[in-house]
Amino acid sequence: MSAPAGLPPRPAGPAAAGYPGGPGASREAAAPQAGPPGYQNGPVQNWMHLPSGYGSHPPSYSAPSGHYSQVPSKAAASHLDDQYRASYYPPYYSAPAQNALTPSVATSVLHTQESQQFYHKTTPQTVGSAEGPTQGAISSASYLITSAQQSYSAFGNHYSTSVSSSVASQGFPLNSDHYTMPVVSGAMYPHVSYPVAAGSVYGQAFTSQSLPAVGQFKETNTFSTQSTSVPHSLQQRVPVGYNSTISNVSAQPVQDNLSRNLTGSVAKVNNQINTAIDSSSTTSSASPVLNNYDALEGGGYPETRSVTSSPVPAPAVPQTSKASKPFGYGYPTLQPGYQNAAPPAPVQPSNLGHHPGFQHYPQQYPSVNQLSSSLGGLSLQHSQQPESLRPVNLTQDRNILPVSSVPAPVPNLNSDLRKLNCSPDSFRCTLTNIPQTQALLNKAKLPLGLLLHPFRDLTQLPVITSSTIVRCRSCRTYINPFVSFIDQRRWKCNLCYRVNDVPEEFMYNPLTRSYGEPHKRPEVQNSTVEFIASSDYMLRPPQPAVYLFVLDVSHNAVEAGYLAIVCQSLLENLDKLPGDSRTRIGFITFDSTVQFYNLQEGLSQPQMLIVSDIDDIFLPTPDSLLVNLHESRELIKDLLNALPNMFTNTRETHSALGPALQAAFKLMSPTGGRVSVFQTQLPSLGAGLLHSREDPNQRSSTKVVQHLGPATDFYKKLALDCSGQQTAVDLFLLSSQYSDLASLACISKYSAGCIYYYPSFHRSHNPAQAEKLQKDLKRYLTRKIGFEAVMRIRCTKGLSIHTFHGNFFVRSTDLLSLANVNPDAGFAVQMSIEESLTDTSLVCFQTALLYTSSKGERRIRVHTLCLPVVSSLTDVYAGADVQAIVCLLANMAVDRSVSSSLSDARDALVNAVVDSLAAYMATASNLQQSMLMAPNSLKLFPLYVLALLKQKAFRTGTSTRLDDRVYAMCQMKSQPLVHLMKMIHPNLYRIDKLIDESTIHVNDRVVPQPPLQKLSAEKLTREGAFLMDCGSIFYIWIGKNCDNNFIKDVLGYPNYASVPQKMTQLPEVDALSSERTRSFISWLRDSRPLSPVLQVIKDENPAKTDFFQHLIEDRTEAAFSYYEFLLNIQQQICK
Amino acid sequence: MKLHPVVARCFSGCAACHVLGEGIFLCMGRSNKRVQEIIAFDELQSDFKNPIDQRNPVHARERLRNIERICFLLQKLVLPEYSIHSLFCIMFLCAQEWLTLGLNVPLLFYHFWRYFRCPADGSKLAYDPPAVMNADTLIYCQKEAWCKLAFYLLSFFYYLYCMIYTLVSS
Repeated sequence: MSAPAGLPPRPAGPAAAGYPGGPGASREAAAPQAGPPGYQNGPVQNWMHLPSGYGSHPPSYSAPSGHYSQVPSKAAASHLDDQYRASYYPPYYSAPAQNALTPSVATSVLHTQESQQFYHKTTPQTVGSAEGPTQGAISSASYLITSAQQSYSAFGNHYSTSVSSSVASQGFPLNSDHYTMPVVSGAMYPHVSYPVAAGSVYGQAFTSQSLPAVGQFKETNTFSTQSTSVPHSLQQRVPVGYNSTISNVSAQPVQDNLSRNLTGSVAKVNNQINTAIDSSSTTSSASPVLNNYDALEGGGYPETRSVTSSPVPAPAVPQTSKASKPFGYGYPTLQPGYQNAAPPAPVQPSNLGHHPGFQHYPQQYPSVNQLSSSLGGLSLQHSQQPESLRPVNLTQDRNILPVSSVPAPVPNLNSDLRKLNCSPDSFRCTLTNIPQTQALLNKAKLPLGLLLHPFRDLTQLPVITSSTIVRCRSCRTYINPFVSFIDQRRWKCNLCYRVNDVPEEFMYNPLTRSYGEPHKRPEVQNSTVEFIASSDYMLRPPQPAVYLFVLDVSHNAVEAGYLAIVCQSLLENLDKLPGDSRTRIGFITFDSTVQFYNLQEGLSQPQMLIVSDIDDIFLPTPDSLLVNLHESRELIKDLLNALPNMFTNTRETHSALGPALQAAFKLMSPTGGRVSVFQTQLPSLGAGLLHSREDPNQRSSTKVVQHLGPATDFYKKLALDCSGQQTAVDLFLLSSQYSDLASLACISKYSAGCIYYYPSFHRSHNPAQAEKLQKDLKRYLTRKIGFEAVMRIRCTKGLSIHTFHGNFFVRSTDLLSLANVNPDAGFAVQMSIEESLTDTSLVCFQTALLYTSSKGERRIRVHTLCLPVVSSLTDVYAGADVQAIVCLLANMAVDRSVSSSLSDARDALVNAVVDSLAAYMATASNLQQSMLMAPNSLKLFPLYVLALLKQKAFRTGTSTRLDDRVYAMCQMKSQPLVHLMKMIHPNLYRIDKLIDESTIHVNDRVVPQPPLQKLSAEKLTREGAFLMDCGSIFYIWIGKNCDNNFIKDVLGYPNYASVPQKMTQLPEVDALSSERTRSFISWLRDSRPLSPVLQVIKDENPAKTDFFQHLIEDRTEAAFSYYEFLLNIQQQICK
Repeated sequence: MKLHPVVARCFSGCAACHVLGEGIFLCMGRSNKRVQEIIAFDELQSDFKNPIDQRNPVHARERLRNIERICFLLQKLVLPEYSIHSLFCIMFLCAQEWLTLGLNVPLLFYHFWRYFRCPADGSKLAYDPPAVMNADTLIYCQKEAWCKLAFYLLSFFYYLYCMIYTLVSS
């Protein structure tokens, strides 16, 4: 890209401070000239003309415009026409072929004149749009425009688009945004995505995201009405613009890609928009309606969603200007380093016209696409380099933690694509700028992969009922917002580039009840949609919800007292179990024998059937063990009430888990469903018996940690059998001693189940664990569930997936078989770049999850993520998503420690940091080599890796029970990113002064927002109280000299000494500080599905060690402090 | 004991002839196995073109069985192949066919490494049903199968040549 063409290295110091005096001055000069006309003309006028300039791109503009007005009456004809085209022209090249179809005799003179004419019209328009907020931005824009004009004759077709991209690169995002977007949607109509134009229809979906968005939609709508009112001027202009395109572009097969990219890079939103959106989205997620989704399940489009207020043009204007302000002003607030570093980049393209060096350009960029990507890259550097690439001196910067939680980096796309993009909560990539080649990826030394949370609970989800689900005919991609419509009847797949027909049904938009607007369908307006699949997607009828509970009732289990909790939770949630009238339920208990329960309707009480032949297990009465929940409700209740007391006097200490599981498998195999296994000790009888492998003396060994892998493959084989019968096994391990989780976990790992582990569980001795089990069970029993699911991950041609992480069975190279899918399951995927991505500027990833809902419907949930491709190493670093990288590395490290050894995995983690920072420092040659520098995007990388090394899964030297370690590893493989990050790096807040903190309002509650504290004992003062959020547990640590008022108000005790040891709840005291603390904690709780347990810790508390182990920046006997770790890294880099 | 040079040469020639002849047969056998493996991998990789079909749960079961079946087949093939090859190397050693032995020793070591390195839970090398469909594992196994096939074919012709050469020259 243009880095060789004189992109100056990013100045690190104030050396380049002189810059604004140079080109900047000329920009200032240009401003007054261009400014006034903009005001006189007014935007409306310009909008009518501008589209024609853009109209030069759509290859067959006039044809579709014919369709546009006439389609309803001429549907059949147009269909024929369509078929003809599709069959006649090779799909890949049909865009140019179309060009050839139309008579194209364009003289370049005419072409130039025409577009220059457009051009002049563009100028005032842009300026007009920029009115107000930023003078600098206006002037820069006009400056660019004038210069680009001169380069025009050589640049030919992508004239207008390239200008728009450089305008964008000047970084006044939303201004240009507002005005160019309507243009795109209006004029490039048949060509590109229309996201925003149609936004108003679905405005509802975005309202929770950000207010400005709504403003934009309205704006857009105004425009479209205007454009339709002046069709004449449009049509006159079109042919000319069109012809001119042909002469230049006809050789571009991926032309629409180009234009997409260019218009794509139109608007850059700087970091402020991110934070704006983030904060508002957290506010909205503060009240997730977890299972309310079932309300949506009813059918097509819930009317509420389409009840957007009909857009009124008038109020849109003030809103727009209001929205644009922060962005305009955002620019100057950036770091000084930014301004120094960035400006040279965008000047390059704009200077082309003046420069004698301009002549080189055509040779250097033989293809328009390359050019486009280079322009995209430039604009990217300009807008993003500053914040995410600003070098941070790690050893000197002590406060690298952000004030609030770390936001996911936003891909560097134009704002309409960005708005359409999938939420980072469900779909995240480790590199938000995808490197062009594998070589570049190797140079960056960062892992490329995806972090998925596909079945997340969503509050807003468009559900689509349609008899035909539109998919690409060759790669079977679902239609998504990032496809391009070549004309009204055809769309081009964004993954394999095949051109497909738009089926007749798709032309009709059920939301607006209008015809001929395929681009406004919800499928094309939302990157996360759910289809209700037709009968094509099933051969057997969808399975009913079937739940089987396998309970350990040996002496050990009865002693621990879990049965009462489980039965109680089940009784409470029996009605909330997801399912329909066909729901079935069954129970098996086991000690040294296996007991079945006949719950057949009509019996007066449940009947226990004992099978003691555990070597050859059989089902005593196959039909009546799994019963309909509604028909046998009374019997089930009787059983649940009786179960806890049935085994109180048992002396049986053995546990025949293996045979019980075999029985469960036999029972479930006709239908499939979910098996929940509760186990409290090492299985000691029958198939799958295990022996203790842990040597307690080795718990704190620094060298070898053995037995991370399974001891037997019995559980794995059984899990595969279960998976084949669409049965998932969820394991609840509640044990006080070693129970070989490494082997037992296999039963869930390969059958797509989930694993819960409660070390040293005891109902009365360990109330924290008991409460946790209760809460987990409540969530577990009531959460959504998908049966017989498969998940396929597709990605743009050139990328390939090579390793999956999570709980599932890999059925094909891109297909995961999930017997059950639950909303708390996360997945990770490693990818490689097989073919160079030079001819594309965007890559897309699509996850499709097909499952049977608990209501017996076959549904497909589709997520699509779109990311830009970059060609320079700095851009790759700019787009690095440090949280995703760390989570993917954690997954890889787990694999490594099982297949090789723990020390190997630890070394690999350290090497990942060392390599990537070394590679970064090598690219930024102007950095001082003696310091440890990291780009801003990766500044938390060493901290997170250190946290990983001190995490239970990977730590050495600190006494860690083998089961704890294995459980932590299982969690890493199966938790979604958000939860995993809390596990790796907990959040620490100071809570004794919440009244003084800034607050946000969520659902009429005042939620204080204390800043994040470093995880270091230096932050803990004896005078304070601190809350540590570890994901599944909250610790409240109270200092010895903590204010008595706080203890009295919040904890409800008179002084520090009287606070009890085992305190798991905060009392409701009528005091401001209490109210704030509680609202803060409940706000934290609401953001996650599993409600965490609270633990109050005083200095003498035994749980203190747990708390202090999470202070990962401190030194322990066995591990580095953060600073030492940095020095260690620096040493290794210098080696 | 020292044999008469002529007798010794004759003996070694005979032995070499025998060994090489056996080698040819076994080679054919092994090539056959490799072909079988390659076919198996192809079968593993070949996806059913109709995705609707593939997503149907009934099909899922078939597919899973298929993968398991192929994996177990492959696992069954591993030990015989390795032991035959080791036997070979021992015979070459006895027949003092140093060059042939030299050619085979790297593969022998590879086999040893691969056999004893397999972790219990089966990583990429053990044809583990849950892991084998990960693209990198599958590609690795496929490449390995192709390379071995090439090696066995080449050695087949080499043994043939050697055998004829020994027959003719003695």
